[in-house]
Amino acid sequence: MFPAAGRQVAGLLATLVVASFVIFGAVYAAPGDPAVFLAGGRDDLTPERLAVVREQYHLDEPFLAQYLHWLGNCLRLDLGRSFQYNDEVVDLLAARVPTTLALVAYATVLFVLFGVGAGVLGALRRGTWADSVLIGGTTLSASVPSFVAGIGLAAIFGVQLGWFPVTGSGEGFAGTLHHLTLPAVSMALGALAVISRVTRQTVVEAAGADHVLVARASGFPERQVVARHVLRNALAPIITMCGLVTAGMLAGTVAVETVFGLSGVGSLLVGAINGHDFPVAQAVLLLMVTGYIVITTAVDLAHPLLDARVKTARRVA
Amino acid sequence: MLDIENLTVHLPGAARPLLASVSLSIRPGEVVGLVGESGSGKSTTAKAVLGLLPSGAVAHGRVLLDGADVLTMSPADLRAHRRHSVAMIHQDPRAALNPVRRVGDFLVERLMPVHDKRSARARAVELLDAVGLSDPARRLRQYPHELSGGMLQRVVIAGALATRPRLLLADEATSALDVTTQAEILSLLDRLRTEHGLGLLLITHDLHLAAAMCDRVQVMYAGGTVEQQEASELFRSPAHPYTRGLLDCSPSLDATGLPPHPIPGQPPSLADEFPGCPFAPRCPLASADCESWTPVPAALPGGGTAACLQIPVRSA
Ligand SMILES: Nc1ncnc2c1ncn2[C@@H]1O[C@H](COP(=O)(O)OP(=O)(O)OP(=O)(O)O)[C@@H](O)[C@H]1O
Ligand SMILES: [Mg+2]
Repeated sequence: MFPAAGRQVAGLLATLVVASFVIFGAVYAAPGDPAVFLAGGRDDLTPERLAVVREQYHLDEPFLAQYLHWLGNCLRLDLGRSFQYNDEVVDLLAARVPTTLALVAYATVLFVLFGVGAGVLGALRRGTWADSVLIGGTTLSASVPSFVAGIGLAAIFGVQLGWFPVTGSGEGFAGTLHHLTLPAVSMALGALAVISRVTRQTVVEAAGADHVLVARASGFPERQVVARHVLRNALAPIITMCGLVTAGMLAGTVAVETVFGLSGVGSLLVGAINGHDFPVAQAVLLLMVTGYIVITTAVDLAHPLLDARVKTARRVA
Repeated sequence: MLDIENLTVHLPGAARPLLASVSLSIRPGEVVGLVGESGSGKSTTAKAVLGLLPSGAVAHGRVLLDGADVLTMSPADLRAHRRHSVAMIHQDPRAALNPVRRVGDFLVERLMPVHDKRSARARAVELLDAVGLSDPARRLRQYPHELSGGMLQRVVIAGALATRPRLLLADEATSALDVTTQAEILSLLDRLRTEHGLGLLLITHDLHLAAAMCDRVQVMYAGGTVEQQEASELFRSPAHPYTRGLLDCSPSLDATGLPPHPIPGQPPSLADEFPGCPFAPRCPLASADCESWTPVPAALPGGGTAACLQIPVRSA
């Protein structure tokens, strides 16, 4: 267990370093000179002024030196200052991250509840009308892009019925929940089809195993057979899939944040890229990648706890 | 105790029935052997006793356990029947255990309604000890993939004995075991039979084992019973040409020195249809009449029955 976990954490760090390099490189290579932007635009630009700005922001150094400089600062949790707002990037993130995290967490709760629920129900009631309705409904919901769903939901439940606010992220737990309901629903809708399909398939496969028949032949109550021999075995793949979808959502909040006027990390990133705000763009991207890797690693580490065969296979490998 | 009466099982899409009018009975304390080539319907017969038929199958006839018909039982009665009266040792032990749960869970689950958790674990250790598994307390914490096939087979046998069934269906229960363990398990089953009047259906490919263990042996071919006799009688004077063919296939241990002699041809699949006796195409005694004669069991002089057109002719 422990050596495997250690290897996993080492792999995580290595991935992060590579990701940081790619992110830094991508932002560096983006068109437009940030020094021009920092110096206040093209109007009263002198070469001397440009040189001063370049030196101030280390923009005159070679690429690799800039990268190492940035990486070193990141490790000390010093993400620099925003070119645009002149605030500490850390402060900007601290203001934005909770909204995005809450949104993704809320959407995750929704798609786990309804997606996994629908998949399990469909698998256990395979071939019935309930199964067909679930498949049709989730396919329909997935074929609508999340920002279109968001606009539709906002129009109906926000504007027409007035049940939910259509902008802002709310105060306190209840307020946040209230404000984030429509955005979270529109994000979860897209994940519903994939989650329910894969869950259904996983449960159907688990239910077809020989040992399920043996359990049934031993006269256990059907509920016990389903819980301990079917769902228990489907758990590991379902959790893995949900983890991956959640991890993917971290970077996919931009559209919904824009539709609902949420000041989350997604809209921060878009603003930063448009404004050549290197430090902010790099920090947000790095954060997203870190979040993705942390979640997928957590899922990987949980896997052997749910299926002992994985553990042995890794030890042997 | 167990009376299967004319059980016929049809599967939609199959050319012939899975089981064709199978009758079989087991009295308390009796060991009945079920032999026949692969695909002859032995496992299907045993599963029918648990009320487990392939999905979509249509069954006629009756499967009576102490007078109650398993095929028409209510779901609750069927569960109670599977839980308390009958236990089956399934053919493939590795497939019978849930790979993500521990060996202990497999046993405790079977013991739970009667025992509380602690005494269930204690009883599980006893059971593993009784089937000859070393270090039983540690085995409870292990997963199926950490045990060998033979060890798993013992676990499965322990699981079958956990509920103290009155009837045990052993589907090639000892075929994955080495001979010494096999002897231990068989003597354990024999003890349970004499002490508790356990009825035993022994499905096996090992005719010597059947001869040694069984009171009666029933021979199946293509879903039907071709012959059933007292074990000693069957091996001394097999009546049906298929039974004789099977006996000729197994190498003899005595000094006759005859090499094993296989039955020509292949066992039939579900897609093969037979207007007459299903064994006729492979039978050394077959006549033209066999191709159109539907087998019916006829009484044999030494007790038992055989379904062969050629038998009355020869004995007359
Ligand atoms: N669930 C099922 N669906 C369709 N056909 C089945 C099913 N179960 C068994 N069969 C068919 O029924 C026939 C009898 O199978 P069965 O398992 O009873 O044979 P068997 O005598 O136990 O053979 P073996 O010695 O190999 O265990 C086979 O032809 C098999 O293909
Ligand atoms: Mg079989």
